[in-house]
Amino acid sequence: MTQRAIDLIVTELQKMKVSAKAESDTRGYVEVPKDRIVEVAKKLKELGFDHVKAVTGIDFPEQEKIQLIYHVSSYSENLYNIIFEIKSFTSYKDCVMPSLITVWESSWTGERETHEMLGVYFEGHPDMRRLFLPEDFDGVYPLRKEFKIKLEGLFVDKSE
Amino acid sequence: MDVEVVPVTGELNVGPQHPGSGHMRILVKLSGDIVDDVELDVGYVHRAVEKLGENRNYMHLIPLVERPAILDSVHMNMGYVMAVEKIINVDVPERALYLRSFAAEVNRIASHFYGIGILGIFLGHSTSFMWGFGDREIWVHILEALTGARVTNSYVIPGGVRRDISPSIIEMTKKAISYTRRKLNDWKKIFFNNPTIRARLENVGVMTKDQAIAWGAVGPNLRASGVYFDVRKAEPYAAYSKLDFDIPVYKEGDGYARSMVRLEEIEQSMRILEQIIKDIPQGPILSERFLKQIPPTRMKKWVEGQGRIVLPGYYASFRPPKGEATSRVEAGRGELMYYVMSDGSAKPYRLRMITPSYRLIYVFKNLCKGVRYADVVSIYGSLDYFPPEADR
Repeated sequence: MTQRAIDLIVTELQKMKVSAKAESDTRGYVEVPKDRIVEVAKKLKELGFDHVKAVTGIDFPEQEKIQLIYHVSSYSENLYNIIFEIKSFTSYKDCVMPSLITVWESSWTGERETHEMLGVYFEGHPDMRRLFLPEDFDGVYPLRKEFKIKLEGLFVDKSE
Repeated sequence: MDVEVVPVTGELNVGPQHPGSGHMRILVKLSGDIVDDVELDVGYVHRAVEKLGENRNYMHLIPLVERPAILDSVHMNMGYVMAVEKIINVDVPERALYLRSFAAEVNRIASHFYGIGILGIFLGHSTSFMWGFGDREIWVHILEALTGARVTNSYVIPGGVRRDISPSIIEMTKKAISYTRRKLNDWKKIFFNNPTIRARLENVGVMTKDQAIAWGAVGPNLRASGVYFDVRKAEPYAAYSKLDFDIPVYKEGDGYARSMVRLEEIEQSMRILEQIIKDIPQGPILSERFLKQIPPTRMKKWVEGQGRIVLPGYYASFRPPKGEATSRVEAGRGELMYYVMSDGSAKPYRLRMITPSYRLIYVFKNLCKGVRYADVVSIYGSLDYFPPEADR
């Protein structure tokens, strides 16, 4: 049996003493503390991952922290169908992350959006301003769970 | 002859609120005729799909996620439903997979004609604008006959599709294919081989292979820069693993190559449609698990009688198990990715929607640096950037 491409990546990452796991042939993830994220990202780039597809922030209000997921992938021949996730956490108190823009330029939009939507500051990003939101939206982070939106009730016609 | 560049610097608001295919503002910093820097002021059509996604049931989100790109809604719909299917773990019958590919390819052709038409009007070629929208119309009519709506079809549902195809739709499609084949020759004569259009597109907005990868370009724009990548080949979904088609790739990376990729993809999509018409298997169009929930009288009248699905009760507010799923499809403008995280409740905990135009924001910004001011619209048109899709 030939070794899967994703297993090679996981093995390489485990040598760095970070917890990496392959979920299927084409999906895998690595969990890193935020101070080592640049180091792991550089390693993944060396292994052939050449672009970031998405930067996702997820709010966990009970634990007062925000999870960040970078979906990275590659256009090279042996890795093109793999999406690898870099998962990391940052707390509300110290809502700063090192930016991965030095490693992958394509994280530009995602980091900027995560900054305005969740209030995570990416250190090293050249343009940390608001992107989609209007100018008067200062100080409020709409994708945090504490930000509630008003919803209309749903009308169901039961006469039929 | 020395050209004297007037040393005037300044800023210009292009648009200012609707420069072309949607609402946005392009703030251009000029020195003379040369663009020094470009700032894209996006967000005019931001509908907070991701936030609303955390407040609605999974089924109620289907019409929402296709709003950002109404002209490409089958793909937006399908990508989301594929992610939900992964979480609730449901198999889709073969016929439904073929029908998904059918609707997606019809939509891709319509979307590309729209893009070429918009490019034409950007370059001041109004005939192609009229032609683009006219030729798109016949494909939109097919979608209307199949799904009941011109755009925002909500055709794909978890476990299958909403309506079956009929012989009259197949006939319409055959006519549309032969019409479009004939018309594409006229397109080449009037637009793609037109010296004026070529002069406006060739060597304008050149993006090398390395730049395309670094900036995160997707779809036809990526393939025009020499990267062979298409989600339909890389990670086949729907019926694409059984269909034979080519991926057009160009090395030049300029606006002309990007337009040519779109033109050739129309031909490839029609090839796919012909194969689907020929090969489509018989069978149910919704997963067995959901079909048996439909009451017998309604089953007889609607599903068997008219080939239409009556939505089973399960959909009302199902609670999928905990988990997360990433799905991707090749939408008209490029790779579309969804990340759905479920916490076991009836609403997603997090819905992330990465549209192709969203990833083009940075590409657009970088491509415009150092070009002449008149080329900004040419680059905009050739990228087929669609602001509502980028803003979501």
